[in-house]
Amino acid sequence: MSLTADDVKKIAHLARLGIEEQDVVSYAKDLSGMLDLMTRMSDLDTDGVEPMAHPMDQVQRLRADVVTEQDNREKFQAIAPQVEAGLYLVPKVIE
Amino acid sequence: MHNKTIAELAKGLRSGEFSSVELTTAFLDRIKQHSSLNSYITVTEDLALQEAEAADLRLAKGDAELLTGIPIAQKDIFCTEGVKTTCGSKILDNFIAPYNATVVNKFNNAGAVMLGKLNMDEFAMGSSNETSYYGAVKNPWDINTVPGGSSGGTAVAVAARLTVCATGTDTGGSIRQPAALCGITGLKPTYGRVSRYGMIAYASSLDQGGPMTRSAEDAAIMLQTMAGFDEKDSTSVDLPVPDYRAGLSKKLEGLTIGLPKEFFGEGLNSDVAATLEAAINEYRKLGAKVTEISMPTLKLAIPAYYVIAPAECSANLSRFDGVRFGYRCENPADLADLYTRSRGEGFGKEVKRRILMGTYALSAGYYDAYYIKAQKIRRLISEDFKRALSEVDVIMGPVTPSTAFGIGEKIGNPIEMYLSDIYTIAINLAGVPAMSVPAGFAGGMPVGLQIIGNYFAEDRLLNIAHQYQQVTDWHQQMPKGFE
Repeated sequence: MSLTADDVKKIAHLARLGIEEQDVVSYAKDLSGMLDLMTRMSDLDTDGVEPMAHPMDQVQRLRADVVTEQDNREKFQAIAPQVEAGLYLVPKVIE
Repeated sequence: MHNKTIAELAKGLRSGEFSSVELTTAFLDRIKQHSSLNSYITVTEDLALQEAEAADLRLAKGDAELLTGIPIAQKDIFCTEGVKTTCGSKILDNFIAPYNATVVNKFNNAGAVMLGKLNMDEFAMGSSNETSYYGAVKNPWDINTVPGGSSGGTAVAVAARLTVCATGTDTGGSIRQPAALCGITGLKPTYGRVSRYGMIAYASSLDQGGPMTRSAEDAAIMLQTMAGFDEKDSTSVDLPVPDYRAGLSKKLEGLTIGLPKEFFGEGLNSDVAATLEAAINEYRKLGAKVTEISMPTLKLAIPAYYVIAPAECSANLSRFDGVRFGYRCENPADLADLYTRSRGEGFGKEVKRRILMGTYALSAGYYDAYYIKAQKIRRLISEDFKRALSEVDVIMGPVTPSTAFGIGEKIGNPIEMYLSDIYTIAINLAGVPAMSVPAGFAGGMPVGLQIIGNYFAEDRLLNIAHQYQQVTDWHQQMPKGFE
């Protein structure tokens, strides 16, 4: 299976990932190579096999519904690219 | 001083032979002297000397632990409060972590002295340490070759004696492969044994931190501090931690070793195979019984891994968006541009490749064919391990198909690079623990023997590695120029 340059641009858009125009063809080639590798999976019959998401087949641990985290807003915002009055700033979304 | 084990150093610190400040200074000097290896991203000299002074006080008061005053270093994937934590990426080049990883806290509480943060493949995605934003790391056994990855900086710092010991992480072989290529001892624990809290995520169902050291005994000491339940990690396993050092001296009489025939076929370099055969013969001499086994699903580990790991990575790395921390592009036109360019400019090529692959595998119409199929294969691989490990005590085999390859040799061909992880990846999919132990040399370059055990059998693996290290001295060999 092979991916086209347009496929790569579409996937990059889904991931909100900027890629250089000159690299699109090489990504298409690399991803197609990876997909070729993956087609080997169809060699194995997996009908009726339960998918495994986690090595321990664990279920999510529950805890009491009490506040355990401290307020670290200032500490966390100190490393943000742009903040003002305790808010994270991004370019205007609504005109 | 730089060639002593943790136990020897602990003794020297207590007898007054040297102080932690002296020991730390000696290592800081070595780091400067050998900076061309590029194993450290950040050296925390001032902090290390402060910690060493505090350790000396603790030692004087008599409330020291085994690791108190011992220099260690952290792979730059572990968050360290107040210290730059880059994960080998431009997108985190300005990131000062606001909290410590649990593993870092545990070493701090034990009084260990952190020398700095170690180089790695970007977001732990790579097998050669060449994907790091901070440049390739050089293998001290031959500076024209790679140290392996992703914990390449760790392996080099330990091998060249630029720290006593250090942490690594292993998602598809990232502790074991660089340990093998640099001639050191590395242990990937059972999934859930060591807390992942504050360890920057690549593929959350596979990632696991572990010790990288010169000997199995040092690894036992490090793991003792690292292992254990952590309520801050939802996949941490709540089981008691055994005394790892206490189990080291057990004899190997009657041990059963399985050699999967799939591990010794085509693709394995013949010199590496001969070296491993000699190592397995040592085990026969120690009383082990060796049998051939078959694990037919192993050949599907690489395809399944390169669906599952990129899928998880594409989700995990969506947090790097230029809004709350990390790199933000200049003059974003709008919010979409801010996301797209911050990520596009911040991530390197290998990371982008995996995000794209994962996004594709999870996208509508392909999810069942790739992601669910890979998870079903993961189940079969894990059942293969369970069956094999009910027949034998441990599985042994190669860690890598060859010794260290040249810098630049494979970086242009990602698929070839992926295939070099053929012997390590299945272990992560199953979640079992495995070690790489120095087993000799082929063409002057180190070869690692892989020992794979059952879930939570780290104590057994360490015992088996330690017994081998009592009758061989491969783990004590030093690269020329770094004695």
